[in-house]
Amino acid sequence: MLDLSVSSLFAILVSAILVNNFVLSRFLGICPFLGVSKQVETAFGMGMAVTFVMSLASIITFVVQNYILDPLGLQYMQTIMFILVIASLVQFVEMVIQKTSPALYQSLGVFLPLITTNCAVLGLTILNIQENYNIVETIVHAIGAAVGFSLAIVLFAAIREKLEIANVPQPFKGFPIALLTAGLMSLAFLGFSGLV
Amino acid sequence: MNMGNIVKNGIVRENPVFIQFLGMCPVLAVTGTATNGLGMGLATTAVLLGSNTVIALMKNFIPSKIRIPSFIVVIATFVTMIGMVMNAYLPDLFNALGIFIPLIVVNCLILGRAESFASKKPTGASMVDGISMGLGFTLALVVLGAVRELIGSGSIFGLELLGEAYPAMGIMVQPPGAFLALGLLTALFNVVILKRIK
Repeated sequence: MLDLSVSSLFAILVSAILVNNFVLSRFLGICPFLGVSKQVETAFGMGMAVTFVMSLASIITFVVQNYILDPLGLQYMQTIMFILVIASLVQFVEMVIQKTSPALYQSLGVFLPLITTNCAVLGLTILNIQENYNIVETIVHAIGAAVGFSLAIVLFAAIREKLEIANVPQPFKGFPIALLTAGLMSLAFLGFSGLV
Repeated sequence: MNMGNIVKNGIVRENPVFIQFLGMCPVLAVTGTATNGLGMGLATTAVLLGSNTVIALMKNFIPSKIRIPSFIVVIATFVTMIGMVMNAYLPDLFNALGIFIPLIVVNCLILGRAESFASKKPTGASMVDGISMGLGFTLALVVLGAVRELIGSGSIFGLELLGEAYPAMGIMVQPPGAFLALGLLTALFNVVILKRIK
C-alpha cells in the first residue's frame, strides 16, 4: 500500500525546497547555477526547463529501477541506465516541443541540451532510489527539487544583475564575486535548517 | 605538442578548477576535509584516464552525430567500475563521497576533455592529458579541502594542527564555507597570475 500521509509529503516538499536546497546545500546543478544566471529572464527559462525534465525523469527512472533493474538484479547498471534515460528524454522532449509548440521551443530550446549534463537531474533520480521513495513521494520530491533549483537560480540572477554595475575589485571580477554572493545566499538558506 | 606542455597545461595553465571552472559540484561538495578531496580527485583522475584512453582508441569508429551519447556511455562504464572498486576496498571513503561518485558521470571536465582532446589527438597524448587534467583537479580539491578543514576544524588530513585552544569556525566545513573559500582562493589565484603577467 502507498503511504500517502499529507504531512510526510509536505515535509519532503519543504525539505527539498528550503532545508536541503539542491543548489545551495547539496551542491547539485552548480554549473547552470553559475553559468546561466546573468539575467532573471534566462534564469527563469532554465528553471522551467529543469522542472519539466526533472519531473519526467523521476517518474521514468522510478519505473526503470523498480520494474527492470531490481527484478533482474542489475542494480550496478543504475548509473549507466539513468544517464541514458535522461539523455534520451532530453532529446525526445526537445523534438516534441519543437514540433508542437514553436513558441515554447523559442524560450526553452537553448537550455535543453545543457540539462543532460546537469548533475541535479541525475542526482535527484539517484536520491529518489536511495531514500526508498514510493511513486507519489518521488513526484513530490522532484517538484520540490525543481522549485528549489528555480528559486535559487532566479534569486541569484536578480543579485547578479545588480552586481554588473557594482564596482568590484579587479581580482574578484567575474567568478570569485559570484561565488562569494552564492556563499552569502547559502548562509541565509542555512537558517532554514531545523525547519523540518 | 610535447608531453611536458600537456602536463603543464593540465596542472597549472589550464587548471580545471581555478582557470576553467569545470566540475564545480564535486569541488564544492566533497571538500569539507582534505582526505575526501584527495579521494574524489583520484577517482576522477582514474575515470578521466580510462575514458580518454578508450575514446582516443575508438575515435575513428564513432560517427560524429552520436559521439556525445557514446562518450557518456564510455564514461559511465568507467564510473561504475571505479565505484565498485571503491566500495570493495575503501568503503569509508565510498560512503563519505556518497552520491557524488555516480555523479562523476556528469562532471563536465571529463566530457569536455573527451570532446576537445581525446577525440582529436593520438592515444598516448590523450592518456597524458587525462592524467594531467586529473591531477590538476586533484590538486585544487586538496588545496580547497585543506584550507576548509584547517579553518573549520583545525586539522589537515585528520591531523590536529592548531590544538584545543583554536576556536574552530564550523561554518567553513558547512555548505556556505565551500562557496566562500573557493571564491577567496580563486581571487588569490587571480592576484598571483595578474602579478606574473605584469
